[in-house]
Amino acid sequence: MRNPRYVMLVDTRLCVGCKACVLACKSENNVPDGYCREWIVEDIWGEFPDLRAEIRSTRCNHCSNAPCVDACPTGASHFALGGVVLVDHDACTGCKACIASCPYDARYVHPDGYVDKCTFCLHRVARGELPACVTVCPTRTLHFGDANDPHSEVSALLRSREWKVDHPETGAEPNLYFLV
Amino acid sequence: MSWSRREFIQIGSVALGATSLALGGRRSLFGLDSPDVADPHTDGDRVVATLCELCFWKCGVLAHVQNGRVTKIVGNPAHPLSGGKLCPRGTGGIGLLYDPDRLKQPLIRRGDRGSQHYEAVSWEAALDHTAENLLKIKAKYGPEAVALFSHGFGGSFFKHLLNAYGSDNVGAPSYAQCRGGREVGFQLTFGAPVGSPEVLDLENCRAIALIGSHLGENMHNTQVQEFATALSRGAQLIVVDPRFSTAAGKAKHWLPIKPGTDIALLLAWIHVMLSENLYDHDYIAKYALGLEELKAHVADKTPEWAAVETGLSAGQIVDSIRLLAGARPAAMLHPGRHTAWYGDDAQRARAMAIVNALLGNYGRQGGFYLPTKLPVAKYPGVPAYATKPPPAPDKPKGVTYPFADESLAHGLRDASVPGTAAYDIKGWIVYGTNLMQALPEPKKTLAAIQHLDFLLAIDVLPAEITGFADVVLPEATYLERWDDVAVTPYKEPFVAIRQPVVPPMYGSKPGWWIARELSKRLGLETYFPWTDAGQMVEARLSAAGFDVAQVKKTGVFVAKHKPICLEEGLEPTFATPSKKIELFSQQLADAGFDPMPKYTPPEEPPEGQFRLLTGRTPTHTFGRTTNNRFLSQVYSENEVWLNARIAKERGLANGEMVSLVNQDGERAGPIRLKATQRIRPDCVFMVHGYGHESKGLHFARGRGGNDSKLMSRTKIDPLMGGTGMSVNFVRIEQVTP
Amino acid sequence: MTSPVHETVTTRLNPAIDPALHIWGWEITVYLFLGGLVAGLFILSALFELQKAKPSTSSGMRSVPLLALVLLSLGMGTLFLDLEYKAHVYRFYLAFRPSSPMSWGAWILLLVYPVGLLLWLGNLPAALQLPVLARPMAVAQRWRRPLLWLSVAMGVGLGLYTGLLLGTLSARIQWSSTVLGPLFLTSGISTGAALLLLLPLHADERKTLIRWDLVAIATELLLLALLLIGYASGSSAARMAGAVFMGGAWTASFWSLVVVVGLCVPLAMGLLEVRKHLPLIALTPVLVLIGGLSLRAILLASGQETGFRLLP
Repeated sequence: MRNPRYVMLVDTRLCVGCKACVLACKSENNVPDGYCREWIVEDIWGEFPDLRAEIRSTRCNHCSNAPCVDACPTGASHFALGGVVLVDHDACTGCKACIASCPYDARYVHPDGYVDKCTFCLHRVARGELPACVTVCPTRTLHFGDANDPHSEVSALLRSREWKVDHPETGAEPNLYFLV
Repeated sequence: MSWSRREFIQIGSVALGATSLALGGRRSLFGLDSPDVADPHTDGDRVVATLCELCFWKCGVLAHVQNGRVTKIVGNPAHPLSGGKLCPRGTGGIGLLYDPDRLKQPLIRRGDRGSQHYEAVSWEAALDHTAENLLKIKAKYGPEAVALFSHGFGGSFFKHLLNAYGSDNVGAPSYAQCRGGREVGFQLTFGAPVGSPEVLDLENCRAIALIGSHLGENMHNTQVQEFATALSRGAQLIVVDPRFSTAAGKAKHWLPIKPGTDIALLLAWIHVMLSENLYDHDYIAKYALGLEELKAHVADKTPEWAAVETGLSAGQIVDSIRLLAGARPAAMLHPGRHTAWYGDDAQRARAMAIVNALLGNYGRQGGFYLPTKLPVAKYPGVPAYATKPPPAPDKPKGVTYPFADESLAHGLRDASVPGTAAYDIKGWIVYGTNLMQALPEPKKTLAAIQHLDFLLAIDVLPAEITGFADVVLPEATYLERWDDVAVTPYKEPFVAIRQPVVPPMYGSKPGWWIARELSKRLGLETYFPWTDAGQMVEARLSAAGFDVAQVKKTGVFVAKHKPICLEEGLEPTFATPSKKIELFSQQLADAGFDPMPKYTPPEEPPEGQFRLLTGRTPTHTFGRTTNNRFLSQVYSENEVWLNARIAKERGLANGEMVSLVNQDGERAGPIRLKATQRIRPDCVFMVHGYGHESKGLHFARGRGGNDSKLMSRTKIDPLMGGTGMSVNFVRIEQVTP
Repeated sequence: MTSPVHETVTTRLNPAIDPALHIWGWEITVYLFLGGLVAGLFILSALFELQKAKPSTSSGMRSVPLLALVLLSLGMGTLFLDLEYKAHVYRFYLAFRPSSPMSWGAWILLLVYPVGLLLWLGNLPAALQLPVLARPMAVAQRWRRPLLWLSVAMGVGLGLYTGLLLGTLSARIQWSSTVLGPLFLTSGISTGAALLLLLPLHADERKTLIRWDLVAIATELLLLALLLIGYASGSSAARMAGAVFMGGAWTASFWSLVVVVGLCVPLAMGLLEVRKHLPLIALTPVLVLIGGLSLRAILLASGQETGFRLLP
């Protein structure tokens, strides 16, 4: 069986930064009050009236060469199905090395003591559903799928559209792509 | 749920082997590790299909319930307005349901109005007291002396009660303070209002122009979905806004127009369309009247002329309209929604309607569709209302707004000051609308309240208005009650229902129960034959021939598609006096108004002041949701946007707290300053609905600034009485720490 | 490529992550400081004995292994205090993750205890040479030389690890430098020497240690200079990371506490003591210890904030 590589694509042309994804994630994953696993970044360049904007929904990049997995002393941070980076709550000591190692600052300490972050809703993916953020998004900004499957929607989009990743210089090989 | 299958991703066999595959690659020491795919277990043991009420769009949602608690709310894929997708507010229903500040029991006022001194009483006592007062008013002044202010789907039961009682004075701020001007402008031109949901085929549109409409910040679900679909298909976007809105960030042309000069731009656009032959000749010839008059009217409205007025360049004006017209008929100048700006709003809407007419898009694919609606009779078996009430006293004595087709909420308020209108309003029923923020000139609202014999407030949260009521009745939230059958005119004919997900919490009661209990005490129980609204919904659905069980299960019934545009074989008709699109309006001429829109230059802001503009944030619906702690996690207070250069010149730093003081000395704040390149130097912008003062709103109280307070001045639209509100000027004061 | 005027807004506001990352506090500072100090103690005491080819008879030197273990335990205590999930501390020892310096550290720390104990047993003060300890003492003495070499190696490992722990976290741009390992090792040796100088030692031991400390301090100054040069000459990210010491928020504390108080003043005083054959002033080692602690505290606090989010 071919190993999938799960990726998420964020179409910055469509994202209006409404935060539906952020809140759907919170209720789907029971994220504690005051914490979020994904967030919106709005960038504006230029001076009035010559302005350019980019809005994007962002989250853990589920890097193929994940610094957090390298930094974890117990193996709590690990690669799961499709290269998705997960934290095993029971193996986490809360040492926070992974938090310091993450170029995207995507992790936080859950009030219960373990380190927590986006899971690409792997519990949903495993039963054939899309992540909660992708499902809710009213602008269809988010796409999720297997980049190792040449016939998948995400593969097609990565072929046909121009894209970028956040901070490629880290060498972490992120799997969150921004269509531009 | 079988209907969510279309959302499934094609990973079938891989997914089934997922857990073993993933665990295979990894040690599991002494069985200490949690399963690889940890499930947060938020799926419900029960899933109820119902309708959202975080705004008024009525999207279909599925509420997940686990051990009697709502764990999450997701979109209902079967519902045409949501298609399984939600705006941020939809998810946030749990924040309303579990808001600790909810009204929990009926209250009777014991102190002065506004002192917020209340005694908790039984429903029996509260209802008796209310009915007694309503009967007193009826006896003393006649039933028409009671007005209902209402916003929201649940208001229909109280309108029914009021009509049965003998008054038709129902005012919703969503008319004169919001959509009214637009509806009148389009009604005059095309013979039909734009409605809600707006009859816009955005998804098939290839060029879209927005004027002051900030789609994407204004999150009407279906509309934003279609807007994004259009963009993803390569539609061109033109945004006219003094502010670099979210939509402006996606536009090919952003026209940072000087506030109040939109009609100048529109006349120039019409000028270019006519002089460059960019309009749809056949369509206009077939369906429209008044082209020659229009040509003469705009002959001198050149782009160069408009450039001076609007602060734009003539090139921008020409390029943008060429781009828009190049895509016709699948091109649209969006009519907007909140349009009560400058007091000439109906005429501005007329100008916008004329541009659309010239694009030939009314009744066309990618333009304005002709909606379809299922026939569902109102309340089967319920008698007709006994009395025909006199016209609403919603205008000052001697004033007519001939084209107003709904009651003016602020007019009904003003009629409460004795002797000022056709007759006095003595009692208010306020349902789900916080009049202290929903109406401009809050001091007038305060003054009017002092003249009332009785004020009843029915609400979910202790909004400011409840602090002035004689009786406060706590209504159950939308997740705890039945409401009426939703019959929405749309692209697809459908009906949908709201049904309770969990029982009412605390001492709250559903609206139908409250209205029915009052009807009993008012001797009107024949109008409320069903003990709960669920029975009423069943009766209405069965009478219309629907499968009640199926509708309850899926929350919605969608009928077969019917043609909605010319391309589908439906010839457009126009319910104007001439049965044509009226570019030149004889109706307006006959009533003594300009038959074609004229431009009047706006008042300049006084030195050191800025025009106050307001708008929306995607996560909130006015002040209704600002106490919602769940939603507030991503947006908890509004900011005042000020041009960064101006801020620097005045020594104001981004993020510092400031106060806003308007031309009449009214203050709002402290509010955080957003010094940004995204706005013109002559205006400031803030999101509406903040700066709450009600003691009961423990979360929202004191957060951000209240724009309503700064709207101590309005400019009334002479055609329909709308309250233009973007006519206030503010200066910015530093808050000394 | 982009205009210089840039506004950015994020909705993320996670505790301890935003607006600036602050996940590690005094606990880790103390741990890194004590870890380096203990490494220095092991390296110096072992090298000393290897050089003299016989165990020291001073009570100070004889107590070093035990003192080191006590200090290390203190450090591990503060490390434990920092863990967010203390009940899972045992998970460090259910895995060895070669890519994680923290995992290496956890295992090295375990190795330190038997080695330290055997070193102590091998040169017990006479009063403690109880009959019951005869056998273990004999073993410890037989393996004395290999143990001393092991002690040096272990000390170097421990000292380097305290720096690499931060240095491998490449997402923290300021820490992401190969100099950090040697710098923390050298600082550990220097603080170790300083602590030793506060113990009752023989005069010749004292004399040698002062000289060694001077070498360590000079080396540390050199490494700090390399670190700063690395920032100044590096990418825009590195320049941003270094800016906190060169005009930024940490400039005053870094230059005063670490460079002047912790390194330059002790260096000058030490040179004076050696040249003029002055008696040792207790102040010098105290300054070195203050400097060593400040170095960790400042790098830890300032470095965690230097993430990629600060870059355009």
